[in-house]
Amino acid sequence: MIIDKTLPSVSRRSLLTGGLATGFLLAFHLPLRAAVNEPVQPRDSTDGRFAPNAFIRIDETGRTVLIMPQVEMGQGTYTSISAVLAEELDADWSKVEVQHAPPNDKFYGNPTFGLQVTGNSNSIRAWWMPLRKAGATARAMLVQAAASQWGVEPASCTASKGEVAHAASGRKLGYGELALAAQAQTPPKDAAVKDPKDFVIIGQPLKRLDTPDKVNGKAIYGIDAILPGMKFATVAACPVFGGKVGKVDDSAAVKLPGVRKIVVLDDMVAVIGDHMWAAKKGLEALKIEWNEGPNAKISTKDIWQDLRAASEKDGAVAKSDGDIAKALASGDKFEAAYELPFLAHASMEPINATVHVKPDSCEIWTGTQIMTRVQSEAAKAAGLPVDKVIVNNHLLGGGFGRKLEPDMVIAAVKIAKQVDYPVKVVWTREEDIQHDVYRPIYRDQITASLVDGKVAAWKYKVAGSAILARWLPPAFQKGIDIDAVDAAVDAPYDFANFHVEYVRAEPPAVPTGFWRGVGPNNNVFAVECAMDELARKAGKDPIEFRRSMLTKNPRMLAVLNLAAEKSGWGQPLPARVGRGVCVQPSFASFIATVVEAEIDDIGEIALRRVTSVVDTGIAVNPDTVKAQIEGGLIFGLTAALYGEITIDKGRVQQSNFHDYRMMRINETPKIEVIVVKSGEAPGGIGEAGVNAGPPALRNAILAATGVTLRRLPIDRKLLAVGKKA
Amino acid sequence: MHMATTLTINGETKSFDAPPEMPLLWVLRDILGMTGTKFGCGIAQCGACTVHVDGKAVRSCVLPVSAVANHAITTIEHVGNTPSGAKVQKAWLDLEVIQCGYCQSGQIMAAAALLAATPNPDDSDIDAAMAGNICRCGTYVRIREAIKQAATGRQS
Repeated sequence: MIIDKTLPSVSRRSLLTGGLATGFLLAFHLPLRAAVNEPVQPRDSTDGRFAPNAFIRIDETGRTVLIMPQVEMGQGTYTSISAVLAEELDADWSKVEVQHAPPNDKFYGNPTFGLQVTGNSNSIRAWWMPLRKAGATARAMLVQAAASQWGVEPASCTASKGEVAHAASGRKLGYGELALAAQAQTPPKDAAVKDPKDFVIIGQPLKRLDTPDKVNGKAIYGIDAILPGMKFATVAACPVFGGKVGKVDDSAAVKLPGVRKIVVLDDMVAVIGDHMWAAKKGLEALKIEWNEGPNAKISTKDIWQDLRAASEKDGAVAKSDGDIAKALASGDKFEAAYELPFLAHASMEPINATVHVKPDSCEIWTGTQIMTRVQSEAAKAAGLPVDKVIVNNHLLGGGFGRKLEPDMVIAAVKIAKQVDYPVKVVWTREEDIQHDVYRPIYRDQITASLVDGKVAAWKYKVAGSAILARWLPPAFQKGIDIDAVDAAVDAPYDFANFHVEYVRAEPPAVPTGFWRGVGPNNNVFAVECAMDELARKAGKDPIEFRRSMLTKNPRMLAVLNLAAEKSGWGQPLPARVGRGVCVQPSFASFIATVVEAEIDDIGEIALRRVTSVVDTGIAVNPDTVKAQIEGGLIFGLTAALYGEITIDKGRVQQSNFHDYRMMRINETPKIEVIVVKSGEAPGGIGEAGVNAGPPALRNAILAATGVTLRRLPIDRKLLAVGKKA
Repeated sequence: MHMATTLTINGETKSFDAPPEMPLLWVLRDILGMTGTKFGCGIAQCGACTVHVDGKAVRSCVLPVSAVANHAITTIEHVGNTPSGAKVQKAWLDLEVIQCGYCQSGQIMAAAALLAATPNPDDSDIDAAMAGNICRCGTYVRIREAIKQAATGRQS
């Protein structure tokens, strides 16, 4: 189960004030901080609770509460993080409960980012050793407590399933019985973590801790917060990016039953009512004149023209091996450009926040991927010190990067400031889609040369928005967005002459942000599309062509070989049915995927089958790894088949699921995911499947029809019989 | 005009003041505090708000309360008390269908209504009954499998 309120016996005050002075610790791409298992938290010994660090609480009944430094948005991390802690703690898994962490970068800052953020598929990668050490340290303290009570050497005791035992004397004590004594122990400086061969929890197909409450309506998401005296609000933002509110005529709206208040902000109008329906009806009854401002003429057509022009410039060099100019001058030359559209996130839970602003404090209920930034931005909006802002996190009804932004909380605070009661602000689906922070458009150019059937030169230029320059400015160095080129510089193949450039090109007015799969979205698509075209140019089978250049990448080669076998690669297929492959080393996981698709005479696509083989190192919960690849594939294939946000007259043209389509169950193919056993350190998995689908599908279409698509979403018109791209 | 409305929800009589055209979704969530039923799109495109009216799956986001006054409404909070709902919930957990879970109240309600009407659905029955429910996490493969397991009682 998930506990939604901070337990009264945990000092919220100490959690809230302990580490905020460190603020925005920048540790991007720096080694893991070492301090996580040190006693960063004041001991709370008032009730016998064992609280050895920021993550573990054991009370005298043995109840074991684990505090989650990363957020649960479907990716299964609450279960996986608990498994890592419980493994080293030797906890009784059946007694483990989890709790959302409060905002605190010092205790819960992601070791890679130095900030309490969940993203980039790195929860397990970043926390693997810090959490193991935290668990091992706690376990050692419990063992010391038992040993000292029995007058024996700690080394003669063992721990298992929430008990310490002394085999020689047959004595046993439960962790609950030891809690008070363990709290008084000095934490060992360097408690030993287990040899992975001794794992009893990690690697098992564990039942998720969050799902039992998700089948009966009991799970509480941010949008489900209920407070005494709470009212409900919904908003209309200026439909033009950057536009402002002009005049508001609320004469009809205020007369509607259930409408309580109209709040006019700089760039949006909110109606507060007794329920969402009253707020919606009130909003519909308003007559709003917008000052559309300078962006009222922008369109995706013009934005694309600008990006294409910008992408012709030389970029900042992200990586260069060998002599690219010389290598490109010989051999069989290849050139292609790949284009990806703007995308909205469309989490099933529309963005929302519930806020109660009082004269000297502000309390927030929401589901966010970025707790401390929500807290600090809310403090600014409320005009209060940071320590006067309490943030209660919740389960997220999908995140996908949208909830890495605090904008919905800032707006809700501004609205809640106008009243003295708590307000739940819920965006309609239309407002959610039209006021997103969009996956940027990208134009990726690949220039290569073939010699003896292999790639002898590879020049890859990425052009697009630098999300990191806005989101984490210190990480944007030397003109290179390391996210946008992540899987471009980390290509899996043996390219002797290898050159990657990046051109920063910001679309006017359109806010851009992280979208599930992040930078590798564009990289994996461009690389794997180009590899298929190069294979054809070389007259080779696409898998054989890739194999010949994976000689230094045994993990990648192994999953590719298994994917070829499991997918029936090479076996005959009917006309207009094709198989396409994608290999990717993103997020430190190695994945090979084969999509089989059929294209009918009018260009409609039926997905027949997907096979994905994944080596993610040690799989903490193998069933979650499978689930994430299954779901990630659908997320990515949805984008390939349907995903595009377009802009005209400064406005997003899509508004809801009828014109921003999602794949549905009837379009879903058979999906087989094979998780390879591995002893390597865990890789990331939440986003990897997303990037596998689009290039593998595009390559299947190429095989089925001979049509070379270089743009997403897939244009059916180009696939009708008799059409060639 | 607000009017006193009485509905039968999960076997209990509930009375409240609401405009007759107010969708059942917002009555459940914002007046009665029953938050298991979710808001996803507001235009019957995603199925997150699915409830049962007289055992049939309907989208509560476009269903005026005035239309259901004399009907039996069942929500996710109670569907486990119906034979098909209990089977679906069990299969959902046995196969670990759920990821974020936000759409799953609606998925479970749609699946339970399907099984109540069609105890042994084939793939096309499943497509017809479930294509109105969007899952952004992409749990469709497991949804299909779990419906079949719930239908047959087979264990994973």
